[in-house]
Amino acid sequence: MYLSHISEEQKVIDVDLISAHPVLDYSHGAKVSFSFDGKSMEGFEGEPIAMALHANGVRVYRSTPEMRRPRGFFCAIGKCSSCFMVVDGVPNVRTCVTPLKKNMKVETQEGRGTIKLDGVA
Amino acid sequence: MRNLTTDVLVVGGGPAGLSAAAEAAAAGASVIVAESDLHLGGQLVKQSHKFFGSKEEYAGTRGFEIAKVLKDEIAGSGAKVETLLNTTVTGYYPDENVVTAMIGEEEYLRITPKKIIMASGAQERLIPFPNNDLPGVYGAGAVQTLMNVYGVVPGKKVIMIGAGNIGLIVSYQLMQAGVEVAAILEAMPRVGGYWVHAAKIRRLGVPILLRHSIKRALGDRVITGAEIYELDEKFNQAGETETVRCDTICLAVGLTPSSEILWQGGCKMKYVPNLCGHVPFRDKTMRTSNEKIWVAGDVSGIEEASAAMIEGRIAGISAAKSLGRDVKSDSFDKFWKRLKDLRAGEVGEKIRAGVSEVLVDGWE
Amino acid sequence: MKITAVFENGVLTEERPGAVKPQQDLWNKKKGGLVVVECPQRIPCNPCNTSCPVSAIKTFSDINDVPEIDYDKCTGCGICVAVCPGLACFVIDLTFADGLALLKLPYEMLPLPEKGATVKCLDRTGKAVCDGKVENVAEPKKDKTKVVHVAVPIDKAHDVRAIRVV
Repeated sequence: MYLSHISEEQKVIDVDLISAHPVLDYSHGAKVSFSFDGKSMEGFEGEPIAMALHANGVRVYRSTPEMRRPRGFFCAIGKCSSCFMVVDGVPNVRTCVTPLKKNMKVETQEGRGTIKLDGVA
Repeated sequence: MRNLTTDVLVVGGGPAGLSAAAEAAAAGASVIVAESDLHLGGQLVKQSHKFFGSKEEYAGTRGFEIAKVLKDEIAGSGAKVETLLNTTVTGYYPDENVVTAMIGEEEYLRITPKKIIMASGAQERLIPFPNNDLPGVYGAGAVQTLMNVYGVVPGKKVIMIGAGNIGLIVSYQLMQAGVEVAAILEAMPRVGGYWVHAAKIRRLGVPILLRHSIKRALGDRVITGAEIYELDEKFNQAGETETVRCDTICLAVGLTPSSEILWQGGCKMKYVPNLCGHVPFRDKTMRTSNEKIWVAGDVSGIEEASAAMIEGRIAGISAAKSLGRDVKSDSFDKFWKRLKDLRAGEVGEKIRAGVSEVLVDGWE
Repeated sequence: MKITAVFENGVLTEERPGAVKPQQDLWNKKKGGLVVVECPQRIPCNPCNTSCPVSAIKTFSDINDVPEIDYDKCTGCGICVAVCPGLACFVIDLTFADGLALLKLPYEMLPLPEKGATVKCLDRTGKAVCDGKVENVAEPKKDKTKVVHVAVPIDKAHDVRAIRVV
């Protein structure tokens, strides 16, 4: 179940991938590293951020604005808002349909997130 | 903001949308397919099981293979079909006849289509119980996406809520992915999906608990279990609460049509429980009360993908015909007969009743 | 967890239209076996009929019809076992060996059983009722649905509907 090609120092949490399937053959994109709350992780380029996080054992993606309840993903088709995270500084990104890129900075979103207005052209 | 124009805009690149695009393009119309996901095929790409139906509906072919067939058909229609992936339609402005869409989260599009085919599908329903918002409570489609599209293990031990076709099929797929299914809970006194789907799971030892429901999900930050209980005939608790350990609770409690754009288009709508939500009135060509908008697939009422593909073909032909394109005169009758055949059985009863509430002879 | 086995939760508990098996006298002597179909619900599906190479599964007048079988034609080839989307077709050969029946069962799980291996044989509720010996693992349609040929005690032939690799 575990990705053997990730070296021990890189492996923050066990990576859960399906190693064999009776019907499906999986073809993955290139392996790239990204960060989650400052921790280095690996995932497949072009596949949704949420899937890469799940494979790395991450279940909590944000906390709600009022109750501070933990939220993970729910619908995985970009329709439910449960998986909003801060990606490269941008809040409320639908991580279940946003493709992972090399060196992406993914962060847990607290509440509604903040828009950084400085630096906007 | 980029501006695009097209004869036909198809919203949604699932089984209905791709079928619609294929027909409209074959009739000579230019087509744009806007798909919110990163790939075409909609829910088909997650289906590792073989489809039912007849040869015309690709019976015996696995869902993800059907997606490939439809994609090839689109590709074969030359440059007439432009597909936009990662593109979410965000609004329809009927006065200006403009559809807005965003590519990813940052880039915006303004599309001016002559005709629109809405094949936007459905979204998962949620049922109320304490802690249903905790990470680890996943929609059945999300579990399929994780394991069947991206090869990610969704969990180690799953409780499935709902024994309709989706709950049964996803349970079987979980077993194929090596995940333990602790039990399938179903509030009704019988499975709602095809009996044969239930039988193939039962014989592998997974219990299907009829007249059972979930009382609460357990866990602090993530799911650690569920409290379940038996229901009496009035759906009140009968007997003691039982605790089951699991790390995933999978909800397969139904879908509801994603109909926002139809509302924005002023389409005449009706709440039809048999079709699982608000759906548009439509004529036999799948046109709505808005003369620019056709519908196909789950957005017109929750049904099997085999029916969605036929509705897509009907809508695609009809939209092209309304643009003055030549279509084979016997096409409608052929597709309508197939739809009628698919809906003729006992499991089609709900659909027949539902469609009869919103099917109109024509528009003034 | 109180689990009852009833028709309503997917266990065939009694004879029904669409749950089709051969006449016993014909079955007892038919080399190669005959198909048993457990498809007791009207659903829109017909690949068993359209794939049968000898037209033993009668043509449907309505795609929702439950299957009917002409057992004079069935050869026990097992094509329908591989094709049926509901995994509801099984071939049972009661002439396989003294005291043993050969079952041809659909299989889409991992791990794959190996020829010669002993596997657990499961009834319609998933209960292991006996051991069986794998005689062959076929893939008639080359579409990843395997058809596992497993020898079981003849008195268990009507109970066993699945295997578990141990």
